[in-house]
Amino acid sequence: MITTTGLTRTFTKKASVVEAVRGIDLSVADGELVAILGPNGAGKSTTLKMLTGLLAPTFGSATVAGHDVVAHPDRVRQAIGYIGQGNSAGHYFRVADELASQAQFYGVPAAEGRRRASDLLAALDLVGLEKRTVNTLSGGQRRRLDVAMGLLNRPPLLFLDEPSTGMDPASRANLWEHVQRMRHEFGMTLVLTTHYLEEADRMAERVVVIDQGSIIADDTPAALRHTHASDVVTLTWASDDEADRARDLLRRDSRFDGHLVAAGEGRDSGLRLELDDGPAVLPALLHALEGAALRPATASIAEATLDDVFLNLTGRSLREESESGDDAAAVAAMAAAAGGPGGGTGGAA
Amino acid sequence: MSAADVASSTGRVQAPGTGGSRASSSLPTNPVARFAHDTWAVAWRELRLTLRDPFSQVFALGQPIVFLVLFAPLLSGLVGGAMAGPGADAAGQSTIQWFLPGLLVMIALFGTGMTGSNLLFEMQMGSYERILASPLSRASIIVGRALKEFVPLVLQAFVLTVAAVPFGFTIHPLGVLLGLVMLGLFGIGLGSLSYALGLASKNREWLFWTVQQSVTFPLLLLAGMMLPLESGPGWMQVASRFNPITYLVNGERALFSGQLTIDVLWGFLAAAGTLAVGLAVGVSAIRRATR
Repeated sequence: MITTTGLTRTFTKKASVVEAVRGIDLSVADGELVAILGPNGAGKSTTLKMLTGLLAPTFGSATVAGHDVVAHPDRVRQAIGYIGQGNSAGHYFRVADELASQAQFYGVPAAEGRRRASDLLAALDLVGLEKRTVNTLSGGQRRRLDVAMGLLNRPPLLFLDEPSTGMDPASRANLWEHVQRMRHEFGMTLVLTTHYLEEADRMAERVVVIDQGSIIADDTPAALRHTHASDVVTLTWASDDEADRARDLLRRDSRFDGHLVAAGEGRDSGLRLELDDGPAVLPALLHALEGAALRPATASIAEATLDDVFLNLTGRSLREESESGDDAAAVAAMAAAAGGPGGGTGGAA
Repeated sequence: MSAADVASSTGRVQAPGTGGSRASSSLPTNPVARFAHDTWAVAWRELRLTLRDPFSQVFALGQPIVFLVLFAPLLSGLVGGAMAGPGADAAGQSTIQWFLPGLLVMIALFGTGMTGSNLLFEMQMGSYERILASPLSRASIIVGRALKEFVPLVLQAFVLTVAAVPFGFTIHPLGVLLGLVMLGLFGIGLGSLSYALGLASKNREWLFWTVQQSVTFPLLLLAGMMLPLESGPGWMQVASRFNPITYLVNGERALFSGQLTIDVLWGFLAAAGTLAVGLAVGVSAIRRATR
């Protein structure tokens, strides 16, 4: 469905050249759900814009839905759906009018367009809003309308740029439920960008981690966690003596020996183990300890997250960057307002 | 184009398994027909907005009506004398006959000239990006919007013309008809220029308004729109000769007085010139903005 080779985009700003995307090689098969994860300014949106014909690559090539994005951006646009960061429907327009226009833009006959629009409004919980002006809808309704607009041409491939940014958790879950159902109904390939870790982890079958314009990891969320991060099991005992004996016991057990790490801060009567599959190992671990009458007072497990993956790959926490991301976004917006991209670490987000 | 068409035309894309009929795309394959389809689709989207709420177009006429009621009477002494100039044959007609055509060009400059701000708003909110992501031809995105400007402008001008009758305006039907067409053509070109300015300003709204205001006012005053230039200094009269809007205003004045003089020809040339230059600039602006 998508193949890119050395996809690169640079922006020139006041004699300095910013490489927003640096040679991305990406291949997406039919029916995949791929999340492009990375901090603000990593090059996610720039990549998406190149794949949707909104921005020409500086170097490299991409074939999307069977068409070359440089030679035939118009054919690419016709074959895909795109849901950008903003609202697809104009704020002063009526809901039904924007859906009718969208059908017309894609050459969907008017009657068929009306039929599809009413199906989509029903599926996306928007019935009864046809005559409303878009700016009177709630944020969640507007975002679902964006999805309806993006699906009106029944695209085999749908791009979503930060689909759930700024939505509350309930609306976000609701949106995802709708998107997933549409995806199964239409058998679509889905490519989305996000900086929400949990979203990428739960929704995507494949996560492409981008940092500073390059792909730094590309796998299923489980495999990424397995390869680049560990689950951490922390055990504590009432006395140092018990903890020491437990350590000696585990050191003699080949299943646990290599996984022992320095004890947690300020807790010398505890042990920490880094494991690939913590939940599967924990029962055996406790069984071994109980067998030696060294039952711990507490046992806790912290499963690896994609943030741990990002941290191990880059030395930086995506979570912290996302939390300060609002500031970064504000800076980027100001930079954009002052003329073109250039804010943040990697240029345009 | 539906997913099924993509699949059949490329042979590389799997048709999504889904129910429902798969009506084929009705997009024309001929490039000219395709451009016409796209342009109409863009214009119709905009027109729906006007037609849904035609009264807001009329309410927007508050300011010009104030000019009609409270400004035009101030000209009564001035214009009579000034009319000894190029429009001498209009002498004897009421002030309003002289003032209204200028007022109509003014609503074009202020109304249509600001239309680029609507595009700026759509650029900020996201709907412009959705339109760019659609298969519409790039040129049609601007040309369609610009063509639509004809409708609200001519509608407003017509309402103002009728509103001027109680103040002593005499309607010459053919002249008014041609005058409105001339104004509408000018509006298409001006609208396109305004959209081009919107595209060039990008997220810098201040830039749009600064340029728009600093271009509009000199053009307005140097066209003898509000006050007769004949009473102004010589250099202003010379400068006005280089202002295309002067010819437009003179053409409108001739038509609204029911006279088919050479000024009408110059007026149409000015309107057509604005149209051609406006569309060329608009199309080149969107091509540049989407590169």
